[in-house]
Amino acid sequence: MTPPVNAELGQISELFMLLASIAYVVALVFFVLDLVKSSSTIGSLETRLADEQAAPARSLAGVGARGGSSTAAAAGSPATADASMDYGSGPRRRSARIAVSLTVLAAVVHGAAVLTRAIAAHRVPWGNMYEFCTTGAFLVAAIFLITLTRKDLRFVGSFVVGLVVIMLCAATVGFPTPVARLIPALQSYWLIVHVSIAVASSALFTITFAMSVLQLLQTSREAKLLAGKADTARFLRLVPSALSLENLSYRLNAVAFVGWTFTLMAGAIWAEQAWGRYWGWDTKEVWTFVIWTVYAGYLHARATRGWTGTRAAWLSIVGYLCIVFNFTIVNIYFSGLHSYSGV
Amino acid sequence: MKQDVSQDTRDTAGAPGARADVVLPSLGVFGTLRWAWTQLTSMRTALFLLLLLAVAAVPGSLFPQRPANPAVVTQYIQDNPDTGPVLDWFQLFDVYSSVWFSAIYLLLFISLIGCVVPRAIAHLRAVRSTPPRTPKRLSRLPVYGTLEVPADRARDAGLTPSSAAEQAAAVLRKRGYRVDVRDAGTDRPSVGAERGLAKELGNLVFHTSLIGVLVSVAVGGLFGYNGQKVIVEGDSFVNTLIGYDSFSPGSNFSDDQLEPYSIRLDSFDVRFDREQESHYGQPLDFTANVTTQDGPGEDEAQQVLKVNAPITIGGTNVYLVGNGYAPVVTVRDGEGNIAQQGPVVSVPSDGLYTSLIVIKAPDAKPDQLGFVGFFLPTAFVDEKGVSFSRDPDPFNPQLNLNSYYGDLGLDDGTPENVYVLDTENLTELNSRNNDDGGIVLGVGQTYDLPEGKGSVTFDGLKRYVALDIHHDPGELGALVFSTLALLGLSASLFIGRRRLWVRTGEHPDGRLMVEYGLLARGEDHRLPAEGAAVEKLLADRFLVPTGSAGDHSHQDAAPAGTGQSHTNAKDKS
Ligand code: HEM
Repeated sequence: MTPPVNAELGQISELFMLLASIAYVVALVFFVLDLVKSSSTIGSLETRLADEQAAPARSLAGVGARGGSSTAAAAGSPATADASMDYGSGPRRRSARIAVSLTVLAAVVHGAAVLTRAIAAHRVPWGNMYEFCTTGAFLVAAIFLITLTRKDLRFVGSFVVGLVVIMLCAATVGFPTPVARLIPALQSYWLIVHVSIAVASSALFTITFAMSVLQLLQTSREAKLLAGKADTARFLRLVPSALSLENLSYRLNAVAFVGWTFTLMAGAIWAEQAWGRYWGWDTKEVWTFVIWTVYAGYLHARATRGWTGTRAAWLSIVGYLCIVFNFTIVNIYFSGLHSYSGV
Repeated sequence: MKQDVSQDTRDTAGAPGARADVVLPSLGVFGTLRWAWTQLTSMRTALFLLLLLAVAAVPGSLFPQRPANPAVVTQYIQDNPDTGPVLDWFQLFDVYSSVWFSAIYLLLFISLIGCVVPRAIAHLRAVRSTPPRTPKRLSRLPVYGTLEVPADRARDAGLTPSSAAEQAAAVLRKRGYRVDVRDAGTDRPSVGAERGLAKELGNLVFHTSLIGVLVSVAVGGLFGYNGQKVIVEGDSFVNTLIGYDSFSPGSNFSDDQLEPYSIRLDSFDVRFDREQESHYGQPLDFTANVTTQDGPGEDEAQQVLKVNAPITIGGTNVYLVGNGYAPVVTVRDGEGNIAQQGPVVSVPSDGLYTSLIVIKAPDAKPDQLGFVGFFLPTAFVDEKGVSFSRDPDPFNPQLNLNSYYGDLGLDDGTPENVYVLDTENLTELNSRNNDDGGIVLGVGQTYDLPEGKGSVTFDGLKRYVALDIHHDPGELGALVFSTLALLGLSASLFIGRRRLWVRTGEHPDGRLMVEYGLLARGEDHRLPAEGAAVEKLLADRFLVPTGSAGDHSHQDAAPAGTGQSHTNAKDKS
């Protein structure tokens, strides 16, 4: 028999969670500040350059090669950030550095919160909505930070950290649940396998969602610039070209899709053990399937003429909206076999 | 054929296709059929059908579904007399067996077969053929580099262009490339190499396995069966058709599929959370101790059945899907005889096991007797005088009943629902609303019915379990094929398919030049890294430093993620 739940430690965990949220909010402020500041720095730099050289804005050759995406990121073009998304190019961004440091700090405290909750409950920290949200948000932050060590994705920082803050708010405001043991239906090692991969894949999808939204914004901006119109969304200068966004989010989506496929299979195996059938079109199963099919469609779109670029990005966004819908509306309002203690 | 279409959609994206994408139908039946087939198996149709399938699956989560909840569907149609029948006509209560849903996935799978077969043939051909011929100018490939071996070293090592090509081929073979040395013996020999054919294989395995999964599901639907059974502590179940409370056979089911094993419920243990204020009374553990027997006269075995841990017996799996209380009740009739005795299954309606109960005594004379009410494990009375349960454990078990006499309506042969009492033709004896009041019984208590109609006694309490029993011969197939699909998918998405060529030659001053170029098929962001790795291996082989003069790979590699180089990285061959 497992020892009793440690309620005191559970409260410490909640305190950590609160501290982490505050740190994230401050990080978010700095990420936004960075966008504002850097785009104006680049802007004024450019004006000076333009004045000095009296040269017209560099042409955006080669635009529109594939489905509205553009290759405007040719080296040196100031219209978008370096497409390689490596560090070292562009002006120093102090706010961004502070923002990243704060995110690291927040994530460490957040990790401690998740860990103490797990220790307090003597089990994996994903047994109810509160825990899906908090652990999921931690994974989003962690995956983002890990990616940051290799690629300069600070431009999605405000987006990703914003989503983390929303997830934490949803957890503490929407689904507050004290630490508890698991109900018998959830007592299975498949909980560990199935839910962890589901949460990790969703975290990846969260990041690609942010990138797809930016891709759409960038695409329309590139088209505008090409048409000789004024640059109204200057902060997108920090963001790489639509095409490089598309390529990177494709790579992440591919990983997440394999994860989701595994989630679906592990869920089916667990359903077989718990309810006697591996697939029964329970509402939760329906939505897992819908999400899987939409992302399969996304992968197909990437190989279909006329469907790359903008349309693929839309599919990636729709897929993510389905995930959010599945997680919120379906979990809370739809009846089905899936029920979680506490909600 | 199909592959070509899909390939060049990616490969020469943006460039006007050399051939028309849509072949206009030539006259005649065959022409039209061929045209339809081409359309059906096109990538665009597959995409469309996939998205359509996603949309079509949604209504099944919005409306109650018959296979899962037949009673809820009936109720829904009753509650919505206007829209209900219309929705029903559109099969929105049977979405996943509906004509339109089936049509979508069947078309998708036909398209899938039409897609996979030609691609499998093309792939087989590709596996058999040698790596493609060496391009004239390697420097035009997206990743390119050269190494040079100084004249004296080349001379000392006895390196000629041909032997260098052979050595390069050996290096590449070791790295997993299929290689082919051509123009050996000439002054410009070259090596053609290719790796990552498993990418396409993985894709084919993935798509084929999806067909396997579908077939397995169909096999389960045809030859499987499942049934439900409630067993009270001390009682047994025998696996025969009449043993089940409800039973749904697959379309090809026959009785002799059932093996006559038996299961006896010896005891059922329940544990609730008693530590935590916030989750007080939440269930922590359900354990059914059962005795099983593979058939009459076989050895008995003790087994433990838990949620998430089914037992396997006689080709079926037995699952613990529910539990509750079965109060033991004795009903005596107006003539003083026992009309009904034994445990009566009650249906829990909340987490505190407030349970609905119906007791029928059709053998009672002179009038049949019926009771409806609820069972409370830990009864309390609130300030308004209403009884309620405060705990799921039986600390103060209590029966609250209304009683009726008259015709229970069990004799006309219509199937009865044991959990419902139809009071239409009955006369009320006891209820909260009449003078005699409702019946309230603690364990061991007896209540004498008004008008000398008989009595009811609450003798004691037992627990029961609700079991689901399943046989699904497609299950293993579904598991195997979905695992294959997962492996194939990973191979397809993560293996890079690359072509690589090395050409050697001798400079007039005696230096030996080795140049190489790489090309990816499809998306491959690791191509520059592969180029660097190969360059290092070749440099080690020829004992020269990497990055020697003329190496373009770094210039080319730097903007690898950019549109320009990306487009280049697409296979143009
Ligand atoms: C049951 C329906 C289908 C599903 C769930 C599905 C799913 C997928 C997925 C997830 C991928 C990406 C992974 C990979 O490259 O292996 C993919 C790729 C592919 N599928 Fe399908 N597919 C289906 C039907 C079809 C059909 C009907 C066709 C033929 C028209 C087709 C042709 C392809 C091709 C050519 C690729 C490779 C794309 C590339 O090169 O990236 N698929 N499919």
